[in-house]
Amino acid sequence: MPPVLETKGLIKQFGGITATNDVSLIIEKGARHALIGPNGAGKTTIINLLTGVLRPTAGTIWLDGQDITNLEAHKRVQLGIARTFQINQLFAELTPLETIGLAVSERMELGRQWWRTVGSKAIVIEESVEILQRFHLADVMDERTVNLPYGKQRLLEIALAIACRPRVLLLDEPAAGVPEAQRRDILDAVAALPDDVTVLLIEHDMDIVFSFADRISVLVNGALFVEGPPEEVAADPRVKAVYLGEEAHA
Amino acid sequence: MIDRAANPQLVAQAHGLLASRTRWSVLEIAFWLVALASIFLLQSKHLILTEIAILALFALSLDLLLGYAGIVSLGHAAFFGFGAYCAGILAKYGIIKEPVLALLASGIAAMALGFVTSFLVLRGSDLTRLMVTLGVALVLREIANRLEITGGADGLQGVVMEPILGHFQFDIFGKTAYVYSLIVLFILFLIARRIVHSPFGLSLRSVKGNPLRASAVGIHVNGRLVAIYTIAAGMAGVAGALLTQATQFASLSVLDFERSADVLLILIIGGAGYLYGGLIGAVLFKLVQDYLANVTPQYWQFWLGLALVMMILFGRVYGAVMAALIFAVCTALKLPFMQSIVFTVAVVATLGIARPHILRWTSAITARAVAVQAGLKARFTRKGSDHAPGA
Repeated sequence: MPPVLETKGLIKQFGGITATNDVSLIIEKGARHALIGPNGAGKTTIINLLTGVLRPTAGTIWLDGQDITNLEAHKRVQLGIARTFQINQLFAELTPLETIGLAVSERMELGRQWWRTVGSKAIVIEESVEILQRFHLADVMDERTVNLPYGKQRLLEIALAIACRPRVLLLDEPAAGVPEAQRRDILDAVAALPDDVTVLLIEHDMDIVFSFADRISVLVNGALFVEGPPEEVAADPRVKAVYLGEEAHA
Repeated sequence: MIDRAANPQLVAQAHGLLASRTRWSVLEIAFWLVALASIFLLQSKHLILTEIAILALFALSLDLLLGYAGIVSLGHAAFFGFGAYCAGILAKYGIIKEPVLALLASGIAAMALGFVTSFLVLRGSDLTRLMVTLGVALVLREIANRLEITGGADGLQGVVMEPILGHFQFDIFGKTAYVYSLIVLFILFLIARRIVHSPFGLSLRSVKGNPLRASAVGIHVNGRLVAIYTIAAGMAGVAGALLTQATQFASLSVLDFERSADVLLILIIGGAGYLYGGLIGAVLFKLVQDYLANVTPQYWQFWLGLALVMMILFGRVYGAVMAALIFAVCTALKLPFMQSIVFTVAVVATLGIARPHILRWTSAITARAVAVQAGLKARFTRKGSDHAPGA
């Protein structure tokens, strides 16, 4: 069986800068894979390459053995790759109910229908409400997103990706900027993700990474540096020097 | 593990919330009843009412673009004009004699043009969209100017309309034309209303709000933009065709830049993104224009311009009221034009300096009004969310 997500020789150059340098990554089905690295290591660039926001300069990406390197972003979502954003990318004027309903109806390929009214399909509402409940958003489902507290927006960010019912979920620093008091909710939501969803997590917080991941890749200057199970990576002297050491000094 | 079943109570609540968005409000019903009543009560005004209905339809089509998909256009007259010439040519050369069929054909032709040119607006920012839409309209106008079949600068003359559906003859008082225009406006409004409340409409709002995220939930952003641009072009084309059919004439003015600018103004005056903005804006714009043009035929545009500036400075309602007051004073004192200007500039300058205070008063008045409105609403309507019209 092929790995659920695989890249080979992935390169992305912006002008003269190489943001991603020959990255070959294998992510197994059901994995809890973390991608760590110092600031500017190119972690978000990799997510953008995997989701089709950016096209690689060279290299190939496979999803379940299918070459998706040149697929448009929305088609990759339809094939089962969803992501969250490091900085919230939500629909400010929509309510959480509308936001989740949108993603659910798009997934069911109802999004082109102009003759039905929103909410006339019971199955869409039921699933939307279930997701809103799961992410503690049911109490605010009719508030405009822009008015939600930051922690709730962060939850909506993840809920929206889940509403796409992905096979592979890419989480870009899900807890970034969340106040301590609301952090628990986010971490619980991440921990409670369904087992059959493969997760690639980008995170700065080492506590989160080591409590969550069963495999870790370390990225430095756009290139893969070390990869292995958490205990191996934690014990690797090179990682300590390059990454953890830097953290310790910070 | 978390319970995966949705709470039925919450589902019912969500159902209610979504259903309340699409329900007809009392104000909406009142609006259309007034429109219906105007057929019988304002017999002498049917000519201008027809113009208003056509303009409203044109503005409605732009609202679908601007208010729901966030596409700015300075060349929406391209489709209006295209539809207008199509209807004229179809009638003049007897290709399709029956007006309703011709209207439909003109709308479809405008849709085709919209589809083709939609690919130009996919790229880039608001600024490039303004340029591209403006460019398309200019090109079309020049083509209409040069072609023989459009009558060039003389316009398309000798358009004779057959009775609608073979029964209803266009009359010189404009009654048939008005009823016909109003019915077409209402039908297309129903379609537009359906569209914006549909999953497709919701996806448009998401594309307008955040195209990056929209594509990240699997929405083909460009596909949706092409679709709405095509639909809006078709509606604008129908509006143009109505104008030709009602006036039995089409001239280059249907493709004028001014027409594109006016319809954008109308939408800004009425407010984009809640469907009625274009309709209300069209009524206000046409009535004010008509009134001012009667009172001060030479420089009515001065007052229109003043009203627009004041609306931006002090908000829609208060700005319009202040402009109206200045106008009223000038007219009451019978000031000549130059003195009117001096007086206006003096008043505007004073108001400008006092602006922070004025805004404080106006917001206090508004807060009171909103409270009263909320009280009334709570008394009259069942519990549910209100959907405030966006600006």
